[in-house]
Amino acid sequence: MKAAPIEKNEARRGWCFVAPALLWTLAFFIVPFAFMAAASFASRVSRQIVYTWDLGNYVNFFSKSYLLKGLFVSLEITLLVTVISVLLAYPLAWIIAERVPKRWQRTALILAILPFWTSYVVRSYSWLLVLSSNGVINNLLLKFGLQEPLELASTTTATVIGFVHFFVMLLTLTIYSNLIQLSPNYKRAAQDLGANGLQTFWHVILPLTLPGIMVGAFLTFVLCIGDYITPQILGGNNELVLPQIIMLQLGRRADIPTAAALSIVLMLVVTLAYILCLRWLKMERT
Amino acid sequence: MNLRRVLSETFSWSYFAAIYAFIFLPVAVLVLFSFQDGRLPIPPFNGVTLKWYGEVFGDSRLMSALGNSLKVAFLSSLMACLLGFCAAYGLARFRLPATALQRVLLTAPLTVSYLIIALGLLVLFNWLGVRLSLWTVGIGHVVINLPLCFAIIYASMGEHQRNIERAAQDLGANSLQVVLLVTAPMLMPSILAAFFLSLTFSWDEFIISFLLSRFDVTLPVEIWSLLRSGLNPKTNAIGSIVFLASTVLLVVLEIFVFRARSQK
Amino acid sequence: MTADVRLQGITKRFEDFTALSDICLDIEAGEFIVLLGPSGCGKSTLLSIIGGFLSPSAGRVLIGDKDMTDVPPSIRPTTTMFQDYALFPHMTLRDNVAFGLRMRKLGRRERALKADEFLDLVGMKASAARKPHELSGGQRQRVALARALAVNPDLLLLDEPLGALDMKLRRQMQDELKSIQREIGTTFIHVTHDQEEAMAIADRIVVMNDGVIEGCGEPSDIYMRPQSIFTAGFMGEVNFIAGKVVGEDAPQIDIETCFGLTRIPRAAFRAGIPTKGESTMLCIRPEQLHPSSEHSGYTDLCQAKIIDGAFFGTHFRCHLQAPAAPELVLVAHLPQSTHLHVGETIDLGLNLADIVALPPKPPAAEL
Repeated sequence: MKAAPIEKNEARRGWCFVAPALLWTLAFFIVPFAFMAAASFASRVSRQIVYTWDLGNYVNFFSKSYLLKGLFVSLEITLLVTVISVLLAYPLAWIIAERVPKRWQRTALILAILPFWTSYVVRSYSWLLVLSSNGVINNLLLKFGLQEPLELASTTTATVIGFVHFFVMLLTLTIYSNLIQLSPNYKRAAQDLGANGLQTFWHVILPLTLPGIMVGAFLTFVLCIGDYITPQILGGNNELVLPQIIMLQLGRRADIPTAAALSIVLMLVVTLAYILCLRWLKMERT
Repeated sequence: MNLRRVLSETFSWSYFAAIYAFIFLPVAVLVLFSFQDGRLPIPPFNGVTLKWYGEVFGDSRLMSALGNSLKVAFLSSLMACLLGFCAAYGLARFRLPATALQRVLLTAPLTVSYLIIALGLLVLFNWLGVRLSLWTVGIGHVVINLPLCFAIIYASMGEHQRNIERAAQDLGANSLQVVLLVTAPMLMPSILAAFFLSLTFSWDEFIISFLLSRFDVTLPVEIWSLLRSGLNPKTNAIGSIVFLASTVLLVVLEIFVFRARSQK
Repeated sequence: MTADVRLQGITKRFEDFTALSDICLDIEAGEFIVLLGPSGCGKSTLLSIIGGFLSPSAGRVLIGDKDMTDVPPSIRPTTTMFQDYALFPHMTLRDNVAFGLRMRKLGRRERALKADEFLDLVGMKASAARKPHELSGGQRQRVALARALAVNPDLLLLDEPLGALDMKLRRQMQDELKSIQREIGTTFIHVTHDQEEAMAIADRIVVMNDGVIEGCGEPSDIYMRPQSIFTAGFMGEVNFIAGKVVGEDAPQIDIETCFGLTRIPRAAFRAGIPTKGESTMLCIRPEQLHPSSEHSGYTDLCQAKIIDGAFFGTHFRCHLQAPAAPELVLVAHLPQSTHLHVGETIDLGLNLADIVALPPKPPAAEL
């Protein structure tokens, strides 16, 4: 008979512990999100948010070409960045895990991600120094006989370079962690059965690390597509990504409803990517 | 046989060097031209001067922004850790209904872009008539760091710890004493890890700080407005200072904390 | 196929300690050899050296009369069965087993057929299209065996493969390993720390400790006539009675122990006959001690009091203390029908031919 009251008491105490965090998340994440979702169905009428409860903003999104273009530019850049970063980071992670002596692996890894610790804003600015028309690269090229400076900065290319720089570091970290978690016996078993280095990598190591790569790629996708800073500093004014367009709505026009609608679209894209990723991971399992 | 190995090694190490060069290029340029004796932080490099560092330390807006960043990072991380720890403890040690749902709820903000979180809070504060300030920035930072703290601490609460807590109860401690004297100290490595991770994210966070602050701003926002004035060695200087400080902190942590731990 | 193995002077030194010292061993083709010893004795290191995953600091490995010391694992005619099985989780069982064949450039259909053949050998043919994570530990192990055998190695190396299985499954797998080995005739080298397992499956057991070979021989030989104190103690429970040689009366030797004067045959000395005045250690297994009153054929050892006892099913295991040697605690396995109680005193006897006399361990080695 004594079991029931003790359990109720227990549960109550448990709630006391969890409640503050739940309430905070509710008040400052769920509710704002709901507000924003609601605002996406409103319109801006002379500086006020009027809840018209229609899909006007969404219709606008598909009809106004510059808004839709923002999404495509975002997707294009993000996919490019993800693919390039994975292709560049994997070999580096592999070299650190397999070629660098064990004692130095940690140091090598930390060095590889050290620039992480410059402020994100400053890091993108640094690429401006390198890529701008009077920057480091152009200076070097001009010395070697190039007639006119290359327009590297303020382009989509610069944005991609800036992103790749960041995500190569991130992916090196995640892929490396994945590689060293593999049991060394997989490699030994493959060699034992006659596989050389390349065969071992292709048939055994690579497939086993594929899920880890997928997770890293997804993380890259999410962070890249939602980033405002790097495109704003390094990109030109011609091809704006979705976050830049959202900020424009906020800044100049104080158009919260449109900004909200665009944010929801961004979120939906990320959710779609998440679902695809999960599906793929599940397929890999079976 | 051997030739293959030699070729593969050469290729590996060349690639290694090339990627490292790529990774360090912007940072090297940043630091080098922070000492530029000239107006612009671009080649040619005229000479070494410390005047830009002087300007940084003399810039009161920059220095107060630095202080603001520290304040916001510290307080918001503290709050996130506290809330996260309690939530993790509650969910891990008590049998509550819908545990899975609560976990999803608490970690949901990890999946949403910071821009969207900032926007949501902007709308909320607008509606409530709350003025934008460092406090609103702090609230936003707790939102992004709470899921992280919760996840890290929750993951480290295993059965093994549960038995230690039971032993403490068995010896007469009440639940508050168990939490304060046994659980928290036992989980200190994860709690500290969560705290430092939150500090890192909060310290460098831009978009929430930008949208949710008004007059008092954090360092990234102040640096952003510096960027408005174009290429300036002063920006290089503050960037290099941040980089140097973080690197030193990392090296210190590495030597004293991680090295010591791995030797145990 | 199969081949013989010769290890000549294998030594392995790591940074701060020596794992193997001058190991010399000859293994015949088709033998099932078990390397037995406690953890840290070097048996897994030796296996890795034979398999080619480690290079010895000194010495040679000859497989089938060819020097294989520097040959990498992919070319060596050995395959290894790892402790964690190391089945490729992303491949089906069939592809796992066929992997080695694929590396040998066999065509798809041919290697699928062969893989199925080996899966059938281990009784897993029906699951050929499944993935490793769908199987239990025992099943995974069978597949690992099939994979290792599919490439027709001369030598199969097993690194404590049965450690993770429960008792019943382990016994079953031991029998299967033995029968498969007899059927295909490949030389098997099996590493374990479980002496019962070793005795169950080995043609010959190699007992190792601290990087050296302490004993080598057939199971019954190793158990009943061990060659060192360590081997005697490792193979099972044993009573050690210290003694001193006081005379010789060929073919027997007189030993003085705490129980008085005994005359034991020369054959009891497995590691050299000590001279008069030297000390020796007599070893008697618990099941070799019998209540004297039962059978007149036994030589009396001493009178002893039972200080504790427990029924073990097949025998009654008890500890006894003799007033003649109060600091010595004897352990005996008395017949299961014994009805004796703690505190009772009985007469213990033994068969002199069962005694093994070994040189006592020097004090330093006892660390």
